[in-house]
Amino acid sequence: MSDETRTDASDKPRTDASDKPRTDASDKPRMRVNPRITERIAKAIIWSAALLVMVVLLAIIIYILIKGLPVIDWQFLTENPHNMGRDGGVFSTIIGTLMVVAVAIIIAVPFGIGTAFYLAEYTREGLFTRIVRFSAESLAGIPSIVYGLFGFLFFVIYLDLGWSVLSGGLTLAVMILPTIIRTSEEAIITVPRSYREVSFSLGGTKWQTTLKAVFPSALRGVANGIILSIGRCIAETAAVVLTAGSTLRMPTSLFSPTRTMAVHFYILAREGISMENAYGTAALLIILIFIINVVVNALIDRFVAKNR
Amino acid sequence: MSKLREKTPGFIFMALALSSISALALITVFIIVNGAPIIAKVGFIDFVFGMTWAPSEGEFGIFPMILGSVLVTLGAAIIGVPVGICCSIFLAEFAPVPLRGIFRPAIQLLAGIPSVVYGFWGLLFIVPLIRDRLGGPGLSILAGAIILAIMILPTIISISEVSLIALPRHYKEGSLALGLTHWQTIRSVMMPAAKSGIVAAVILGIGRAIGETMAVIMVLGNAVAVPESILDPVRTLTTNIGIEMGYASGEHQQALFATGIVLFVIIMILNLLAQYITTRRPR
Repeated sequence: MSDETRTDASDKPRTDASDKPRTDASDKPRMRVNPRITERIAKAIIWSAALLVMVVLLAIIIYILIKGLPVIDWQFLTENPHNMGRDGGVFSTIIGTLMVVAVAIIIAVPFGIGTAFYLAEYTREGLFTRIVRFSAESLAGIPSIVYGLFGFLFFVIYLDLGWSVLSGGLTLAVMILPTIIRTSEEAIITVPRSYREVSFSLGGTKWQTTLKAVFPSALRGVANGIILSIGRCIAETAAVVLTAGSTLRMPTSLFSPTRTMAVHFYILAREGISMENAYGTAALLIILIFIINVVVNALIDRFVAKNR
Repeated sequence: MSKLREKTPGFIFMALALSSISALALITVFIIVNGAPIIAKVGFIDFVFGMTWAPSEGEFGIFPMILGSVLVTLGAAIIGVPVGICCSIFLAEFAPVPLRGIFRPAIQLLAGIPSVVYGFWGLLFIVPLIRDRLGGPGLSILAGAIILAIMILPTIISISEVSLIALPRHYKEGSLALGLTHWQTIRSVMMPAAKSGIVAAVILGIGRAIGETMAVIMVLGNAVAVPESILDPVRTLTTNIGIEMGYASGEHQQALFATGIVLFVIIMILNLLAQYITTRRPR
């Protein structure tokens, strides 16, 4: 095998790794390079790529936290924004975020889990399941701004819900549906067959088996998907700004417009209203996402440990 | 009675599945119905290849934005794909176990950070760097490409890592047993075998880059013009919608829905491609 000298444009690290030593070692065009040297160079490139990514991630997080953490105090969390967000805190945007996310989760979870159970337990593979899977995959790839356009056209205008908590929540519900379907289906499929067999052999019906044997074991995986989706909702800006509006008033019902934290941050930063408060809001968002990630990982660890 | 109770859940689950997927149909219908009239009025060729975007004068040509989207995404892919694939190899093959335990959640965190935060960081960090070191306004294709490269990393890394890990163990063992080095095994046995997964990862990453809005609004400069270098500002399809949707009305608004159609079609083609590649039986 003289793979070292073959160049393949599709694989960048390979050409990098094999080209350099070749010119160093000899001027013969098809000289075999010592595989140990290639190995070392490839390793070095791969390690440095990984290191680079870690450095960039840390740079982003530390930068935002250093600038933002000093801004966050009790007042920042509990006071409403004044003067377009220049003064005061972020309280009404926290409430707005909570309401929008709650609507999204309450709507998306039953549809998502129901679809997952249908795909995993209640049907055989066929044309219909292929269509469902295809749709879910396609929905997962649609950009959030397109969800925003759809939400604006359908919920805000067509259903006449206006810019509101409800419109925003429903739009996000459609957006996170594919995530919930996929993670729930995976969790259901990984429930060992023996659980179902034991339930059936004890005379359990299909529904009893689903409810009492499969669902409890899949619950952790399902919860993981839901928490992940909460994170996506909190982080979303484009879809929400077009459907929930951007008013700073405290939302009083599902039909009042609101501004979420991510939108608030975006407006503060883009319009240069208050860099200080922008940093504070960004730090708050990162902390929230961090907590969500920790919870998800703890869930996955317990899930994996339990299934071992 | 008990028979009824047995039948109902199946029907309910099916109804839920049906309504879930009808979302895709609804999105398609609503975007197309609202955007198509303006494309019909302006003419498809003039809309897609028109060079002037002047909504107040009724001129709707989105070619500079299509070009903007393509250039920024291409830049993001050039930076992000090699780094992403290297990281996935790192995670699947080289990372010591404790490091893997840090690296993987870190990538998840990277995926979870709101896109506006990336944009903000780019605006304060990358943009001044480009302006001072390379010249130009700083708000540029390059800045957008760098930010998007970081944002598509989690997609590329996680999907290609999964496809590398999913390979049967004996591929690697057989190759090592034949005396190939670890790196030779990775690139001449494992990478070709995991190719479809890696290609799908790249396509999905590119899809994410094209679809990203809020982060790039902050760093691209958003000028509707054909750029002359990577240091020039551009506007993409997504940012066009994101910026103007707030105040547009009438035909202008319809033209933004039509921009959405073009974006939607591009993304659907990429999705189909990725799905085709991953579901195709391996040779």
